[in-house]
Amino acid sequence: MKRNGIFFWIGAILFLAAALVMTQVIGNQYPFFAGYVILQFIVLAVAWSILGGYAGYVNFGTSAFFGMGVYTAVFLVKAVGAPLAVQIAAAAAVGALMGFALGLLTLRMRGIFFSIATIALTIIIETSITNWRYVGGAAGIQIQRPAVTEPFDNYVQMLFFVQALLVVLAVVISRYIQNSWIGRGLQALRDDELAAECTGVPTLRLKLLACVISGALMCAAGAPAAMYLQYADPASAFNLNYSVSVLAMSLIGGTAHWAGPIIGAILLATTQQLLTVTISSEVNVLVLGVMLVLFVVGAPEGIIGLIPRVHRNRKEGEA
Amino acid sequence: MMAPEAHAPLLRVSALTKRFGGFTALDNVSVDISPGERFGLIGPNGSGKTTLINCISGAFRTEPGTVTFRDEDITRLQPHVRTHRGIARSFQIPRPFKSMTVAENLMVALDFAAVTDEIVSAAQRRETMMSILTRMGLASKADVSAAKLSQVELRKMELARAMATHPKLLISDEAMAGLSSSEVDEVLDLLMSLAAQDITIIMIEHIMQAVMRFSDRVMCLDAGRIIAVGTPSEVMANQRVQEAYLGT
Repeated sequence: MKRNGIFFWIGAILFLAAALVMTQVIGNQYPFFAGYVILQFIVLAVAWSILGGYAGYVNFGTSAFFGMGVYTAVFLVKAVGAPLAVQIAAAAAVGALMGFALGLLTLRMRGIFFSIATIALTIIIETSITNWRYVGGAAGIQIQRPAVTEPFDNYVQMLFFVQALLVVLAVVISRYIQNSWIGRGLQALRDDELAAECTGVPTLRLKLLACVISGALMCAAGAPAAMYLQYADPASAFNLNYSVSVLAMSLIGGTAHWAGPIIGAILLATTQQLLTVTISSEVNVLVLGVMLVLFVVGAPEGIIGLIPRVHRNRKEGEA
Repeated sequence: MMAPEAHAPLLRVSALTKRFGGFTALDNVSVDISPGERFGLIGPNGSGKTTLINCISGAFRTEPGTVTFRDEDITRLQPHVRTHRGIARSFQIPRPFKSMTVAENLMVALDFAAVTDEIVSAAQRRETMMSILTRMGLASKADVSAAKLSQVELRKMELARAMATHPKLLISDEAMAGLSSSEVDEVLDLLMSLAAQDITIIMIEHIMQAVMRFSDRVMCLDAGRIIAVGTPSEVMANQRVQEAYLGT
């Protein structure tokens, strides 16, 4: 357990160091442009699985949280010219509040009803933003990047590193939840909510907590996207593709362990980036669908689920 | 007036009524259960036994009627708060946490419900868990997935999980249904040994021999009403109980 912890922190530091070194060494801008998207999806998938994986509440509202993150940043830039750190922190706060409100309204519903409610949330928020002139309305809004901060010499490189920081933050939180009493409680309520209540688990409070943390991280992941694209419009910020991709990444990677969504996000987002460059961005969705079908049939517990299965088979074989 | 601490019931159910739409599942049920009592709850299928314990454990809200536990009105409390107060239960159809091992099932209870001064560190929790499993005869199954247990093991695990919440009142809902006669004796002995440790037990059961052997007092429900309360032999001899069970 302890040794695992040390390895984890060394891994996290190495990852951040590698990201930083990349920004200093590589001159070509494309790796950062593509890498940023992959990192963004890692944060979203890890955040999603806190509620969707540990608690088993399938959230189709990823795009609502992501889009709110984008528009929190847009609003702050336009209103007060807030710096990036403030945009992200504010987006996290907005996401937490949104998660809390969504949780209060919908967490008494179960299964498909909760999922439908989260889709409704996405539509309501998108419609509201579309009709809000101040942040550009349906036409969208152009945003000017401020000057880049040292030691970076390009804004996208800085965003890449910032998103890498968010990845580490999200993974640290997710890992902590999984290994703590919170994770045990969420797992219990996912298995059987009434039995969990009767075993002393405050199910509603835990679900709310998961919803708040998940929402805050998703919103935070969306905030830098405004500066990344230098443009925001409701149709792309609240695109349902985010919800579907993130769900697919978590499920393909496996939700039983914190590392599952990371594996899924890297695999799928990289594939998507490669396909976008080599074939077309339309093929993405097709590939996503095919992979999801393959994994539902072949590895219903995701890639992570394959590992203990191999292990168990070997054990049973010995006996 | 009598001194409250001398005769105060552990659990007092007063004028409890539960309706599902037009159907009255419990009609004006009142009963006191004393500390340390072994209380048998019988009645034909659909008589309201499980509904009554759902109301006591908090799975159902009641209107009207009150439930008082250790002199505190718990009618409005959520199930997990009631568990913290000391009410634990097993389920008629076992509801294990299937994705966990037996040990982890108990750890949920120890993490969330067993708030005592003695069990603080992780090592102490592990020790408490193992001692409960040993008493229930499940020690060898600690690291087995709950999804792989047999029926009798599931029943025992549910009781073990309930025990891990450190209860003062344990409600056992047909823990012996579907078990062989030797398994029934095994579970009955377990319940007897728990009762000997100052845990008040409400046992719902259809197996009459078990009820007769176990209970200090028996209550019989029929169509949501109490038709008899008394010692096991009194209740068995009661005309209305015989009618309810055998029909007329």
